[in-house]
Amino acid sequence: MDKFNVRRVLYSLYVCCAILPIIDFLYHRHSLHPWESWPGFYAVYGFVGCVLLVLIAKLLRRLVKRPENYYGKGNGR
Amino acid sequence: MMWLAELPPFVPFYVAALLAGVTRGRIRVLILLAAPLLGGLQLLGIEPGIEVHSRFLGYQLIPFRVDRLSLLFGYLFHIGAFLAIVFSLHVRDTLQHVAGLCYAGSALGAVFAGDLITLFVFWELLALSSVFLIWARRSERALVAGFRYLMMHILSGVLLLTGVLLHLQQGGSLQFTYIGLDGLSGWLIFIAFGIKCAFPLLHNWLTDAYPEATPTATVFLSAMTTKVAVYTLARGFPGTELLIYIGVVMTCFPIFYAVIENDLRRVLGYSMINQIGFMVCGIGIGTQLALNGAVAHAFNEVIFKGLLLMSMGAVLHVTGRINGTDLGGLYKTMPKTATLCIIGAASISAFPLFSGFVSKAMIMTAVLKEGHDWAWLLLLFASAGVFHHAGIKIPYFAFFAHDRGLKATEPPANMLLAMLLAALLCVMIGSYPRLLYDLLPFPVNYQAYDFTHVIAQLQLLFFAALAFVWLNLRGLYPPELSAVNLDSDWTYRRLLPLTVQRLIAIGQPLDATLRRWGTACGKALINTLSRHHAPQGLLARNWPTGSMVLWVALLLGAYLLAYLFEVSDQ
Repeated sequence: MDKFNVRRVLYSLYVCCAILPIIDFLYHRHSLHPWESWPGFYAVYGFVGCVLLVLIAKLLRRLVKRPENYYGKGNGR
Repeated sequence: MMWLAELPPFVPFYVAALLAGVTRGRIRVLILLAAPLLGGLQLLGIEPGIEVHSRFLGYQLIPFRVDRLSLLFGYLFHIGAFLAIVFSLHVRDTLQHVAGLCYAGSALGAVFAGDLITLFVFWELLALSSVFLIWARRSERALVAGFRYLMMHILSGVLLLTGVLLHLQQGGSLQFTYIGLDGLSGWLIFIAFGIKCAFPLLHNWLTDAYPEATPTATVFLSAMTTKVAVYTLARGFPGTELLIYIGVVMTCFPIFYAVIENDLRRVLGYSMINQIGFMVCGIGIGTQLALNGAVAHAFNEVIFKGLLLMSMGAVLHVTGRINGTDLGGLYKTMPKTATLCIIGAASISAFPLFSGFVSKAMIMTAVLKEGHDWAWLLLLFASAGVFHHAGIKIPYFAFFAHDRGLKATEPPANMLLAMLLAALLCVMIGSYPRLLYDLLPFPVNYQAYDFTHVIAQLQLLFFAALAFVWLNLRGLYPPELSAVNLDSDWTYRRLLPLTVQRLIAIGQPLDATLRRWGTACGKALINTLSRHHAPQGLLARNWPTGSMVLWVALLLGAYLLAYLFEVSDQ
């Protein structure tokens, strides 16, 4: 993708991410779990969850990565 | 038309499979399309409550039983089969067409089976017909992966049969209703279902074999096997608490593998286990809302996972590549495929207005309502993770990322049409969830489009996307690598052969010693025997006849004497 389009997509993402948590303060949230009523709970959880996911996956890769012909020729992946 | 209502839905598919085997060209195309279309029309006229009984070897069988649960899966498999057939119309391969129809027919047979013996028969037919869809790739890798796949599914069948026979012996009924985990028979049947449902550690047949099938066959495979298992769990084990924990593990562990996997269809395989995890969790909760959510999610997953696998199948068909390391920049040459793929990605990520949103939300709400807070937190983590690996990674690495300068065009029209139909269904169900809710087994009074819920989901997804961007810009995102990632298949592809080799290595010296000892014993025995019995041996010597006569005379004399003494004594 050319640089201009990439920048456009990224900026719209940033704008959305700036607006979404603010909405939490503007209306009454009805929630089943007490944590749900914390403003920005879902935003923080989504961000932290995904960063953890990728960092743990990198550790996992160290543990499970093997060369492509590990299971023998024609039998690997 | 009365007999038509009692015609089991697998019949049109099996008949079509026979006909497809002996026809070709346009006629076969018509037969292929007619099976799900006519079968589907017939199914629309069927009302819940039908039960067809028959007797076999003194057992009361119910080969065809219709209720709301089986009917929903019946509709689903007709839709899934139709999409997969349209997607594979350009293929000139009798094996794939016949196997595909048999496979869809077997799945229908299994969900409409009213007794456990009929279920077992279709369970095995499902395994047998599906393996040909893998072997149809005709590569060595597909062949061996197919054998591993078949092994697991035959094991599942054997466990199911053992469980059913045990259940019968203990005075249980053959009717397929609630089974539960009481006693050994329940556990055996549970594990048999669990293998097909890709429970953790029993899951590897899926991620091993599905990506080795042909681009079109994987679409078939993704629609049926695991969904039949979800159906059987929903009928046999609803409300089994263990399923909640199994489901949570299923949603969480595959997403780590999906992040580091290179083969994009294998990424979708891992993501499939993750989605099934949500359904299994819902079945474990077992309330009406949760069960509705579980089967609704199964319905949606067949369509959006089918769409994603179709888009990746199209990429594989056009470019001959499927690894993230080889792909990228295809949005320029395949814009339609890219757009349809993104619709599938939005659906699996449960974006509002797309199908995943309206079904996953029911499960999440049910989990919270029943007070399983930890399960809810982990499912939420998995939801964000889905967006990461299936929602962003798949379209990003295939169509954007680094332009590899691959020569590509849009796939054949039938492939595009199948993807378009699936995408339309995703958007329709996402926008008018009533379409699906009215088909669910229990009455639905759930409102998916609630402001709080929409905003919460958008926050979760947008910040997951932000995490992806941040990690990428910081260079923290793990690059795609050509590598094998060890998974539970390591136990039977490496550990088992290694153990056998090791045992042979230990056994060999022992074996040699035993053989030496045995040979020595034998030799000693032969020597002893030959000393006495060989021509020069003591016992084999010739005795002169005269000496024999002398000895006999002596013996008789001694006998006479003894007799005389005995007589004189009296």
